[in-house]
Amino acid sequence: MNPETIRKDFKIFENRDIAYLDSGATSQRPYQVLKAVEEYYNKNNANPHRGTYDLSIDSTAEYDKARDKVAKFINAKRPEEIVFTKNATEALNLVANSYGLENLQEGDNVVISIMEHHSNLVPWQKVTKIKNAKLEYMYINRDFEITDEEINKKITDKTKIVSITEISNVLGVKTPLEKIIKRAHEVGAIVIVDGSQSVPHIKVDVQKMDADFFVFSGHKLMAPMGIGVLYGKYELLDKMTPFLMGGDMIEYVYEQETTFAKPPSKFEAGTQNIGGAVGLASAIDYLENIGMDNVEKIENELLEYAKAEMNKLDFVELYAPKTNENQIGVLSFNIKDVHPHDTATILSSCNVCVRAGDHCAQPLIRFLNLPATCRASMYIYNTKADIDRLIMALNKANDMFKKWRKA
Amino acid sequence: MDNLDSVYTDLIMEHSMASHNKRKLEHPDKCEMGHNPSCGDEIELEIKMNGDVIEDLAFTGHGCAISQASTSIMIDTLIGKTKEEALEIIDTFIGMIKREIKDDSELEKLEDAIAFKNVSNMPARVKCAVLAWHTIKDLLDKEK
Repeated sequence: MNPETIRKDFKIFENRDIAYLDSGATSQRPYQVLKAVEEYYNKNNANPHRGTYDLSIDSTAEYDKARDKVAKFINAKRPEEIVFTKNATEALNLVANSYGLENLQEGDNVVISIMEHHSNLVPWQKVTKIKNAKLEYMYINRDFEITDEEINKKITDKTKIVSITEISNVLGVKTPLEKIIKRAHEVGAIVIVDGSQSVPHIKVDVQKMDADFFVFSGHKLMAPMGIGVLYGKYELLDKMTPFLMGGDMIEYVYEQETTFAKPPSKFEAGTQNIGGAVGLASAIDYLENIGMDNVEKIENELLEYAKAEMNKLDFVELYAPKTNENQIGVLSFNIKDVHPHDTATILSSCNVCVRAGDHCAQPLIRFLNLPATCRASMYIYNTKADIDRLIMALNKANDMFKKWRKA
Repeated sequence: MDNLDSVYTDLIMEHSMASHNKRKLEHPDKCEMGHNPSCGDEIELEIKMNGDVIEDLAFTGHGCAISQASTSIMIDTLIGKTKEEALEIIDTFIGMIKREIKDDSELEKLEDAIAFKNVSNMPARVKCAVLAWHTIKDLLDKEK
């Protein structure tokens, strides 16, 4: 399947003549996913787990099917290890507040990387402050890598939790997960992996990587907004206290006491987003139909092309590793002496959609000593024509600012 | 295209590169930080009053061409004004960007700052244009 064929499934491109290069923020949806959601609401919608009538039972079945699908997609041992959340942010808050607050002691360390999104950073600031624990950072070298030395220096006997992104949302760089997880387990720490930027783009196997928790958002992999996933090893989920209290997460409720349901129900309080889960299952079908190997191949080719074309522009600064093997289709850059917001505005006038700013990763931007960056992030529906448009728009932006620069 | 050219004008671009207002005051009476958390723009305004009159005003920090130029032009406009005059100009500027002012003659008091009128056509950049103006308002309120 080639990108041109894939692109036809995304009707937004019939309505908007754009080079959409902001899939790192949210992806577009193919009509198959939208149709699956519509069908759910037209044929099977009721509150699951509650009704005794067929419709509610069908709704429950759809929800369970979606859970099975997600479990197989990331290779969880059993579907009960999949908790549906609103998004990756909620999943990370759940782990930080439930596992983190219960298991951290004074003097313990939580280790994250300097590349974390605020959602995998601010919750850990909160719980380490409450527990008088310390938040430690693994930093990157000049080629945007976390070295073995850094891993061994930061993950120590004091470390109880390591929470790390699989791929940086700003740089598109893969972290050395295997080494980090191995080291963390050697010192007795548990590992949470933020897969928000990886699951849509590369094959993920939670058992093989041996993550204790793994989170991602549906909307970045073509599912509707408002559905996300927390994977956790069953023994860990089973021991944790619930994060949100309410309906459907209980066993018995007395006036003063409550016993809780088993995972995953005990973490799914209130009416859940069944339509979103159905959409997520359909998005997974869509990706599997293309094949994750092909997804990677399509995006690698595009990244290679984009990097080569951008490297030809002497007025562009790229913040990317020299080689592409550890990078996915996310590129941070600036036009020299032009603020990224001005660049993005001019790109927008050429119907090129990129993000400009700190990308919810202020500590990283500060560490790189940049005011902000522009970010072009790609997905399977992007083509070389989108990259050509980006290059054309960058030339235009440069021409526009050239006449005032150091005038 | 029209939008772009009507915002990235010579006046705005020259001010975005200009440094005459980008400095530290020797003995400021007050200072105030302004920050756009989503885009990272950061400015610090310093003010020196002489009775009720703004005697000097300066800024430091970083941001896009629109926020930098807006800050610089605002400083040129407000120096020498009384606090009351300044507050009126600030409200007029913010009103202009929000498209709340229908009568163009009201905008005359903005002097060069009228150059930002077309930013109101670019919703994504409104916050860049008004950052300094909200910051100075907080600063003048602190002055009471």
